[in-house]
Order: sequence, then C-alpha cells, then structure tokens
Amino acid sequence: MLSYTAKRLAQTIFVLIGISLITFILLQIVPGDPVALMLEKRADPETIAKVRHELGLDLPYYVQYLNFLKGAVHLDFGTSYFTKEIVSDALFRCFKVTLKLACMSFVFAAIIGIPSGIFSAVKRGKGIDTFVMILAIIGVSAPAFWVAIILQIVFGLKLAVLPISGFDSVASYVLPSIALGARYAGSMARITRTSMLEVMGQDYIRTARAKGVRRWVVVLKHALKNAMIPIVTLVGTDFGYMLTGSMLIEKVFSIPGIGKLAVDAMSNRDLPLLEGTVMYIAFVFVIVNLIVDLSYAFLDPRIRYGKGAS
Amino acid sequence: MGKKLISFFNKQKQFEQDMLESEMEYSSFYADSLKRLKKNKMAMICAGILVVLILVAIFAPIIAPYDPTFQDYSAVLAEPGFAHPFGTDEYGRDILSRIIYGSRVSISIGISAQVVASLVGVTLGAVAGYYGGKIDSIISRIMEIFQAFPDLIFAMAIITFMGKSVMNLFVALGLLTWVRTARMIRGSVMQLKEKEYIEASRASGASTFWIIMKGLIPNCLSTIIVLVTLGIPNAIMYEASLSFLGIGIQPPTPSWGNMISAAQTFISYRPLYSIMPGVAIMITVIAFNIFGDGLRDALDPKLKA
Repeated sequence: MLSYTAKRLAQTIFVLIGISLITFILLQIVPGDPVALMLEKRADPETIAKVRHELGLDLPYYVQYLNFLKGAVHLDFGTSYFTKEIVSDALFRCFKVTLKLACMSFVFAAIIGIPSGIFSAVKRGKGIDTFVMILAIIGVSAPAFWVAIILQIVFGLKLAVLPISGFDSVASYVLPSIALGARYAGSMARITRTSMLEVMGQDYIRTARAKGVRRWVVVLKHALKNAMIPIVTLVGTDFGYMLTGSMLIEKVFSIPGIGKLAVDAMSNRDLPLLEGTVMYIAFVFVIVNLIVDLSYAFLDPRIRYGKGAS
Repeated sequence: MGKKLISFFNKQKQFEQDMLESEMEYSSFYADSLKRLKKNKMAMICAGILVVLILVAIFAPIIAPYDPTFQDYSAVLAEPGFAHPFGTDEYGRDILSRIIYGSRVSISIGISAQVVASLVGVTLGAVAGYYGGKIDSIISRIMEIFQAFPDLIFAMAIITFMGKSVMNLFVALGLLTWVRTARMIRGSVMQLKEKEYIEASRASGASTFWIIMKGLIPNCLSTIIVLVTLGIPNAIMYEASLSFLGIGIQPPTPSWGNMISAAQTFISYRPLYSIMPGVAIMITVIAFNIFGDGLRDALDPKLKA
C-alpha cells in the first residue's frame, strides 16, 4: 500500500507540473497582449514597456515559468491585472460560493439519485423502473444550462416562488443546485441501479431471502452495503467536478463562483488570475482522483499488486 | 538469398490469407452483432430517430420553411403561430428553420470532432499499448494531464489561439475527447499483442507499422465504432456549451447552443425560443447515447464499465 501510495503521489505531482507547463505555454501563445489590453489604447510604447518590466513580462520565458512555478507552490499567483485583487484572495472568495453551490447540488443529486436507483433495481422490469430510468437518461442528456433556463422560466417567472439570479439568500441557491445536480442525479441513479442489480443476483442475497429476512432489510442491509463501492467512487468524482465550478450554471444565474472567475480571466487575458484558476481546478481534479484511487486500492488489494496499478 | 526471400514472401502470403480468413470470420461476427442489435427495441427506435435527424440535416434547405438567416423586421419576436410554429427571434428569423439548420452544425461537428479524436486517440493508444515501457508511461502521463486540464478553459484557449471558426472548433473538441479513445485502445492493444498471430507476424519480419495497422487496429474496430458513437453526443454537448458561452459557433450561423444563449434575454415572454433548441439537443444526445449503448452491448459487451 505504501509503495502504491508513493507511486500515485509522484504521478500526481508530475501531472500538476505538466498542467502548469501547458497553462503557461497556452497563455503565451494566446494572442492579445495583456498589457495593451490593460492600458487600453491611450498608452504610449514607453509606458507599455515600463509596465511589462514591472510585471516581469520582459524576462526570458523560462525565468517567467520558474517564477510562476515558485509562486504556485506558495499559492502566490500575484495580483489580477484588472481588478488588482490578490489572486489567491479572489480564488478563496469564489471558492466559498462554489463550495456552497457544490454542497447543495451534491445533496440534491444524492438524495434523488441513490434512492431512485435502489428503487429502480428492486422494481426491475416494472413500469416504474422504466420511468425512473427514462428520467435519469433525460437528466444526463439535457444540457445543464438549458435545464437552468427552464427552471428559471417555471419557478422564477411562471410560479414566481424562487429568485432567478444572485447568490445572497439560501433560496437563490435552490434553482442553481437543481440545475447543476440534475445530471449527477441521473448518473448516480444509473450506477446505483447497475451496481445493486449485480449484487442482488448473488447467492448470499438469495440465501438471506430464503432464510426469511424481509425484502427491504435484505436490500438495504445486505445488498446496498456491498453495492456501495462503485457508487462511492462515482459520487466522490462527481463532488470533485462540482467543486471545480460550473461556468455554464454560474453564467445563467450570475453567480460569482470559480467558473465565472475563469471565464472573466480568459476573456480579459488576465494571466495571473487565469493561471491561478486553472491550477486550482486541476489541483482539485487531481487530488480527488488520487483520493478515489487510494481508497479503491485500500478496499481492493488486487489493484495494489496487480498490473492495474499503472 | 533468393530462397529466403521467397520463403519470406510465402510466409507473408500465408499470413495475409490467415488474416483474410479471420476477416471472413469477422463478417459473421458483425452479422451476429447486427442480429443482437436488432433485438434491442430501444436502440432500434433511436437508430430510426438518428436516421431522421441526419436526413433533416442533409435536406435542411428543402424542409425548413424559411431561410435561417432571413431577417423579417415586420415579424420581430413573433408569437408562435401558423406562419412561425415556434415564433421568430429578435431579428425576425424563423426559429423552427434555425433549429432545423442547427442540426447540420451539431451533427457535423459531433462527427468531425470524433474523427479527430479517433485519429489522435487510436494512434497514441495503439503506440502506447504496443510498445509499453517508457513510451507507454510518457503517453499515459500526457493523457492524465489532458484529463485533469479544465475542459472548457482548454477549448477556449485553443479557440482564442487559432481563431473562431468551425474547423478550429472541431479540432478543439477532438483534442478534448481523444483521451477516452486512447485509453480503451491502449487496453485492447495490450491484450491483443500477446496473441500468437501477432507473434507470428513479428517472427516473419513484418514491420511494426504493418502489425499495428493490419494486425491490431482491425481487431479494435468494434471498440472504435462504439467509442465514436458514444463520443458524438459528448462532442455535441461541448459544442452547445461553447456556443452558449459565445466562443463556439458564431451568429448568424444557427447552432442550438448560440440560440439558447440569445434566447436568454427573452425568457419572460418568449419561453419557447429557449426551450425548443434545448429539446433538439436532448433528443439528439439521447438518441446517440441509447443507440451507442445498444451497439456496445451488441458488439463488445466487455466495454460496459
């Protein structure tokens, strides 16, 4: 387990360095001089050169990259070119919003998705199973931003019960959470159903039933426990995705989260802010994967020793 | 020398014959798969929907009641009615016609993105799987980096770098989705290369390129077909999302994503304007997904993960 952990850790660090390098290269090749954008047209070449020097943009590329890497290790990405806010502060401010949204969407998705998956597995082949699975497919296939707009139309405008934008009250989080959570609810329902069906076909479940244990006790106590591993893996990865923020949902509801920060940074060529956001998103993604892999290896020793480790 | 050469050619010939026979076996394999697929009612219904969608995309000029870019200023934001079943948009363009033409964008981008993804994915996956060792671990790390990179930001950066055009959009989408293909092909090739027929062709002096192209990739064909079918809806979703964010297909060219984006302003009094393009996306994505699932069950049940 220890050597496997060390190996995965080394891989993770390598991937993070790779991402920082790609980010850096992408930002260099993307056209549009940030300094010219920042100073608009009124600046003369002399001022531009001065600002470039202040920002360290006149240094050789490899020095710039090493500076960026050095800063990134200390979570210091500099200050935004446009708002002059310290990047790590901006990230933290938006993270709080995204975290709230992610938690609510996650709770929504899990409460709807997992029980309906279990129910569907128990009622396999019945009308209700088909109905739940059709809903799940719709949830997975509908674009989240479109679901968001429909929710705005129905609950915000026609019924006028919930606010359609903003992020100030708990009520204003309800629609975004449902919009973001819908597809995750769908995929959770599907994986839960598959996993439950697999377990419920096994001998020990039949034995338990034959012994006269009640059906729902068998389902919830014996089957669910063993069906949980793939479900937990998916749910973990899903939560990681939610934490990286959703540009689309945040745009529809004008929520100032990580996704909106990334879009703004990209359209303004705000290099420090973009570097910080990309590194944050990649970091969350990589760490979540690492945790999922390690917990998998912990639960299933075959992964640690087998060839599957690579 | 001459004798050796002749015996070598004979061996090659024998091998080609064997391959031919195995291909004959394959055709029966595909016939079996087709039989299995035909039994899957849902998949067949979705195949029907897909055929209709593709016909709509091809014959859009005949089917659409109006030119999708024709601006009728006497009917700006007209209510849905007989003349315009779904109403008109803020420039007086017929929404139904724009949705019909939007299918061209979505389906062609979905398919071409998958062509790019398959070219990159199959090549890198096969090379990684065949060589193993250092080459494999380099390619695997590249795949990990691509997977962890924020997808929409990556696409935005590529498109800002190369310019907003349809061509660049599908390159960006292809680059976003090749990893899945590469992973699957790498796994299949790793298993296949241990088989005797590959060892035989290596022993008879076939070049690596030949082995990969003729010996390995044809045997991954069913996997590739399934991955492409399931990759298309994924690419369609990305296209819609990027167009919605304003960096995909640019108006006046209609795309389902940019229509929803434009319709956002009018949700309070023209809800149908934003709802209908989304319905189109959903039907297309569901049809591709269910048909792809059916194809997977029929062709390659072990892919079910």
